[in-house]
Amino acid sequence: MIPLSYFLILGAILFALSVMGIFLNRKNVVILLMSIELMLLAVNMNFIAFSHYLQDISGQIMVFFILTVAAAESAIGLAILITLFRRRQTINVDDLDTLKG
Amino acid sequence: MTFELLTFFFFSAVLVFASAMVITIRNPVKAALFLVLAFFSAACLWVLLEAEFLGIVLILVYVGAVMVLFLFVVMMLDVNLARMREGFGEYLPMGAIVAILMVAEMAIVLGSGEFSLANMPQPAGHPEGYSNTKELGRLIYTVYVYPFEIAALILLVAIVAAIALTLRKRPNTKHQNTAQQIQVKRSDRVRLVKMPSEKKPEN
Amino acid sequence: MITNMQMVYIATPLSCLIPAIVAGLFGWKIGRAMTHTITIAGVALASLLSLIILNDVYSGGFFNGVVYVWGSSGGFPFEIGFLIDKLSAMMMVVVTLVSLMVHIYTIGYMHDDPGYQRFFSYISLFTFAMLMLVMSNNFLQLFFGWEAVGLVSYLLIGFWYDRETAIFANLKAFLVNRVGDLGFLLGIAAVFMYFGTLDYSAVFATAASKQNITMEIIPGQEWALLTVICILLFIGAMGKSAQVPLHVWLPDSMEGPTPISALIHAATMVTAGIFMVARMSPLFELSETALNVVMVIGSLTALLMALVAIVQNDIKRVVAYSTLSQLGYMTVALGASAYSAAIFHLGTHAFFKALLFLAAGSVIIAMHHEQDMRKMGGLKNWMPWTYITAVVGSLALAGIPPFSGFFSKDAIIEAVHASQLPAAGFAYIAVTAGVFITAFYAFRLLFMTFHGKPRMDEHTLRHVKESPMTVTLPLMLLAIPSLGIGAIYMEPMIFGDFFGNSIFVLPEHNVLELVGQSFEGKTGLSLLGSFIYHALHPGPLWLAVAGIVLAWFLYIERPEIPALIKQRLEWIYNILDKKYGFDEFNQFVFAQGARKVGNQLWQKGEVKVIDGFFVNGSARVVSLVSKVIRHVQSGYVYHYAFAMIIGLFLLLTFFLPVKQ
Repeated sequence: MIPLSYFLILGAILFALSVMGIFLNRKNVVILLMSIELMLLAVNMNFIAFSHYLQDISGQIMVFFILTVAAAESAIGLAILITLFRRRQTINVDDLDTLKG
Repeated sequence: MTFELLTFFFFSAVLVFASAMVITIRNPVKAALFLVLAFFSAACLWVLLEAEFLGIVLILVYVGAVMVLFLFVVMMLDVNLARMREGFGEYLPMGAIVAILMVAEMAIVLGSGEFSLANMPQPAGHPEGYSNTKELGRLIYTVYVYPFEIAALILLVAIVAAIALTLRKRPNTKHQNTAQQIQVKRSDRVRLVKMPSEKKPEN
Repeated sequence: MITNMQMVYIATPLSCLIPAIVAGLFGWKIGRAMTHTITIAGVALASLLSLIILNDVYSGGFFNGVVYVWGSSGGFPFEIGFLIDKLSAMMMVVVTLVSLMVHIYTIGYMHDDPGYQRFFSYISLFTFAMLMLVMSNNFLQLFFGWEAVGLVSYLLIGFWYDRETAIFANLKAFLVNRVGDLGFLLGIAAVFMYFGTLDYSAVFATAASKQNITMEIIPGQEWALLTVICILLFIGAMGKSAQVPLHVWLPDSMEGPTPISALIHAATMVTAGIFMVARMSPLFELSETALNVVMVIGSLTALLMALVAIVQNDIKRVVAYSTLSQLGYMTVALGASAYSAAIFHLGTHAFFKALLFLAAGSVIIAMHHEQDMRKMGGLKNWMPWTYITAVVGSLALAGIPPFSGFFSKDAIIEAVHASQLPAAGFAYIAVTAGVFITAFYAFRLLFMTFHGKPRMDEHTLRHVKESPMTVTLPLMLLAIPSLGIGAIYMEPMIFGDFFGNSIFVLPEHNVLELVGQSFEGKTGLSLLGSFIYHALHPGPLWLAVAGIVLAWFLYIERPEIPALIKQRLEWIYNILDKKYGFDEFNQFVFAQGARKVGNQLWQKGEVKVIDGFFVNGSARVVSLVSKVIRHVQSGYVYHYAFAMIIGLFLLLTFFLPVKQ
């Protein structure tokens, strides 16, 4: 028998790891995108766990939509990345500071 | 320790390890592969939670499509890895502190017994012949039909946007123009030339 | 369910509004004849309906209800409602009848004016506004009518907008009326604040229970609520009814065409204040302080303005100052709680003053728009109809029986005599002296204009002739009520129960009943007879006769004496000629003062504080702050991501203790 809290803590660990990933790989946009995928995975994990323990299938529907949006997001993110690379020959975040105030 | 718990711990350990590798490993290709591993073990955990359809979708869509896309991109781009690693450890302490504190806080909250087995017992398994996919489908096509349509639209927009962003014309490549080929007229290609018949030379 | 009478109530103001709109918007298209036909038809219909209403009210009709709700805010409805009782019915008749006369008169007077259609549109609109004012059953609609008549008055004073004096006069009227209206509005606001409703009947019903409430306007000073409300409302009445010191606009308003002076600035609009106070009698009765203030203001106006009228040479201005003085009489009557006497005087005055104005207008037409009486004289030979009607008007104004003015004015004087209020003593002297002066200036005007030797130049003299029928007909029609209305209506209106419960008088203030009793007991004659008989005793009537005789002596018998008196008593003459310096005071203190304050505010406040400190200062602060803040915006996406994550972490920590 697995308590719900195990799954939730697993989700928390995954989330914390992806946060750390953002801190560590702040220069590499590809890894940043991967960290975001991990983060969404952590969220999905929580949804499915709750859905199971509450016997409510709506949580899975939510995950379904999150997957859809995440797929769209990564597709567009990568497309932007490619366009960026073509223009600048780099994906180093340090070189991308046109937003500077 | 039941078999269920054992499975959970095994896949969780793989998941955490894979995730840690994703964020620390030097080579992006390897990172993407570890991400695949993470997704795979997460899918296994989801199956453990009786979310079979989503578990399979995660493998099919994510591992099969999105991660392959990642790999493509990573391989396509000529990335200067050395520069990427500069200042890798610069924010390590801070990131670690934030992450650890976050996990600690979450553990305090989540492990406080609110979500223990006593409060939230594991539900009995579904009867034989129950189909997770069928249930999901029933909900998606009835209650959530509008959000579903919107999700479809979002995907369509994403496809169009991704193609529009990456499409580029190369001026000096040679390619067929099918339309032109089909529209061609006889007069464009064939020229009838009249010429007087020649007499056979008399030998 | 709308009854027939309710249809009549609604139709009355509308029959003035619709022609006004048509004449105003399409007058250029439908032509002059059509314009005056529809407006006169509208007003004639309105007067007919008013007479029907008066008749209905006389036989017990009464209406108090909402016609239309045009908005609501915070649960409070803004309503258009009618209160039709004897008071409003009588006012409607006076307003529409005088207005009808003026409409007819205008055809002749404004015959050559390019703004013919515009003029008709305005006066019809005025009639509508005035009807809305008198028919209203709540303060909000009263205020609407109040402001609407003010607006039309403003438009009409400046009717000849290419004359600089007219523009000055209408601006002055507008500004002075704003002062009064502010008081009025504050009064209404106070009513709403403490009563929670603007409906007359609801306010009056609870007024007695609010008698002991006090309010603090200046901290530490407790004032009785009803006194404050009444005085504020009366300030509004002072503006509209031209009481000292807010009277300054009325003489200048004579810049407008003469029919307007007759309709608005003599007969109807200026009596709005009198009407309003009479309508508010249930409130005023409960505040003796307010009644005293009303009486003092009224008697000051009555006396001081009558004195000014003596030295005026412009024929219209004499009549204008006499209007001021007569309004003072009405106000005094209000202060003495003789509301029905005030309304009665309002009614008689409306007719004879409109008559005098229109007669003056007739003279002005004949004199080719010359208004100086020193250049007139002897006109009675050329203008018999105008002369006769002017005599009727002057006798009525002077208060000679059996002309209408006698009854109303004497009733007021007797009421003041009987009043127990502290201010009554002063008021009695003022109004009694006023009788003498009134008779004097009224006949001075008559003698200077119609008697004596002609003093105009040759050219004008040759062209003097009686005015056309459209001018003289209203004069004659107005002369009839000026002659007879007093004797007929005095008994029911003043001593009888004519107004029923639309006017409320406390028993201890009921001076008119006192006066009535004193007459009934004395002689064997009827009340009316004994009232006239009483006047033969030493009293106001003899003063009036003395005034007429003096005027005759000074301006017919010995015309050289006035100049002599003027020389001897130059300082008095100067004071009167300068109208006590109200205008100069206003000009100097308010106009100049306002400009000086404005200049100071502009140079110090606007340029330095607002522009320098606030506008440019805030721009400087923004640019200073942003110079510091911009370093936060590094442009690196991960900095923003870090900020988000740390924020998330803090939020999580914030919720932690809640969970435990």
